[in-house]
Amino acid sequence: MTDLNVSKLQHTYPNGVVAVNNVNVEIKQGEQVSVVGQNGSGKTTLVKHWNGLLKPTEGNVYVGDLDTMEHSVNVLARKVGYVFQNPNHQIFASSVRDELEFGLINIGLKEDEIKRRVDLISQEFGLVEYLETNPYRLGFSIRKTVGMASIIAMEPDVIVLDEPTTGQDYLGIKAIRLAIKKLKDQGKTVIVVSHDMPLVAEDTDRVLVMCDTELIFDGTPSKLFSDRSILEKTNLLPPQITSFTQKIGISKENESLLSVEDAAKTL
Amino acid sequence: MSVIKVENLTVQYAGEEKNALDGVSLEIEKGEFVALLGAHGAGKTTLCLSLNGIVPNMISADMYGAIEVLGEIPPKIPVRQLATKVGSIFDNPEFQMSQLTVFEEVALGLQNLGVEKTTIEKNITESLKLVGLEGFEERSPFEISGGQQQRLAMASALAMKPEILILDEPTSNLDPIGKEEVFSVTRSLNQEEGLTVIIAEHEVEVIAEFADKLILLDEGKINEIGTPQEIFPKFVEHQEDVGVRVPQVTELASKKYELFDSTPVTLDEAVRMYKG
Repeated sequence: MTDLNVSKLQHTYPNGVVAVNNVNVEIKQGEQVSVVGQNGSGKTTLVKHWNGLLKPTEGNVYVGDLDTMEHSVNVLARKVGYVFQNPNHQIFASSVRDELEFGLINIGLKEDEIKRRVDLISQEFGLVEYLETNPYRLGFSIRKTVGMASIIAMEPDVIVLDEPTTGQDYLGIKAIRLAIKKLKDQGKTVIVVSHDMPLVAEDTDRVLVMCDTELIFDGTPSKLFSDRSILEKTNLLPPQITSFTQKIGISKENESLLSVEDAAKTL
Repeated sequence: MSVIKVENLTVQYAGEEKNALDGVSLEIEKGEFVALLGAHGAGKTTLCLSLNGIVPNMISADMYGAIEVLGEIPPKIPVRQLATKVGSIFDNPEFQMSQLTVFEEVALGLQNLGVEKTTIEKNITESLKLVGLEGFEERSPFEISGGQQQRLAMASALAMKPEILILDEPTSNLDPIGKEEVFSVTRSLNQEEGLTVIIAEHEVEVIAEFADKLILLDEGKINEIGTPQEIFPKFVEHQEDVGVRVPQVTELASKKYELFDSTPVTLDEAVRMYKG
């Protein structure tokens, strides 16, 4: 069990730019949370505090009962896995198998357990046929899957996915959304940083909206997409299906229909 | 009047077994807004790169069949020369930046062509205005937002006064504001300036609104060509096969066809066609 606790977080970069200001948020084990906002709003800075990649300038961040100020990324990464937006920033091994094994060796697992997990994860993510291939010979979307699989194989309680669907096509997006559902069923906390509103609407239960370094909304996607002032302030557009149900007046006040399935049921 | 004619075009990269394009034939009319759709590896990028001559002139590949762009044969003329007729925009604008200021960035291509100084200045002013970046002349290309960078890349292409603009996933690395900026500039270039636009893009809801014609590629072949109204309703049941999503309202109408007069592809159409 790893709850995340952020209180009065401020982060100032060495060049003096304040990226996150006075953020308070608690995330319980098993929640599916998305973090949204325009580029430069502070969302990536915020989530990088959860595995110690960044340390607070002011305030506190707790990962379970660990104060991130007092523990290294190495220790925190066992609890919180961070999947980079750009797999090239993460992948360096010369085969997919080595890449998947790397983190597992690092956390001190025995050889047979490493083999078991690599087998399992490569089947789950359709990577079996690429195990001996150099990741850089694979296309971007499969490489992105490798980056995600290598983190999930370590079985952290919390998984942070930074823009998982960017640059992915229809099937790639589908595979990633399926993986998120599986993690949810396993009781993992999933935190997604994303501009992909259908994903935010359908696959997460709670949205944190960052705007100009501050957390300006913390609530359900349903509530967010019916909150005009927040949407205007942040230039976020609801999924098309949500806008449609609002226009024809079948959604209730302060509630939105979030998927084609929901809309079909209600009509 | 057709500005692009492609007949039975086949492209194979060295060391690849499969053809990246496999017998593609198509024609594009002056002033059309054409969207290329398809899964990764379907051939969208290769088609874009064949139209601007980068394949095979800069990225080597075997090419068969016929290709004609504004009366030129792209493999037979230098890429730089074709760029005065066909502007190209890619998915990573930062990659295209090299100069210290926005002004110099736009000037670069023109200087390379040996264009006169007064013409250069006039073209830069005009193209920065078209993309809404007037006043940015002295800024650094590396210190502006992603959407601004992509519009700067568009200005650099526009300064050469092209008749065709090719955009390969121009918004995939942008946030919602950046996407909106790039889409609205692209649309006004098409509608106000009459440029022919060819864009590879995954955002089907936007494409359904903007495009006159969709070209659906599948494993290097053309699966279908038609208007969004013709194509999307047809593919509701085959989204997985072709690796392309349809707009959410189209999907809804296919589940609840009894509630709609006809199958919509845009939000406005959906509202109009909904019978309640």
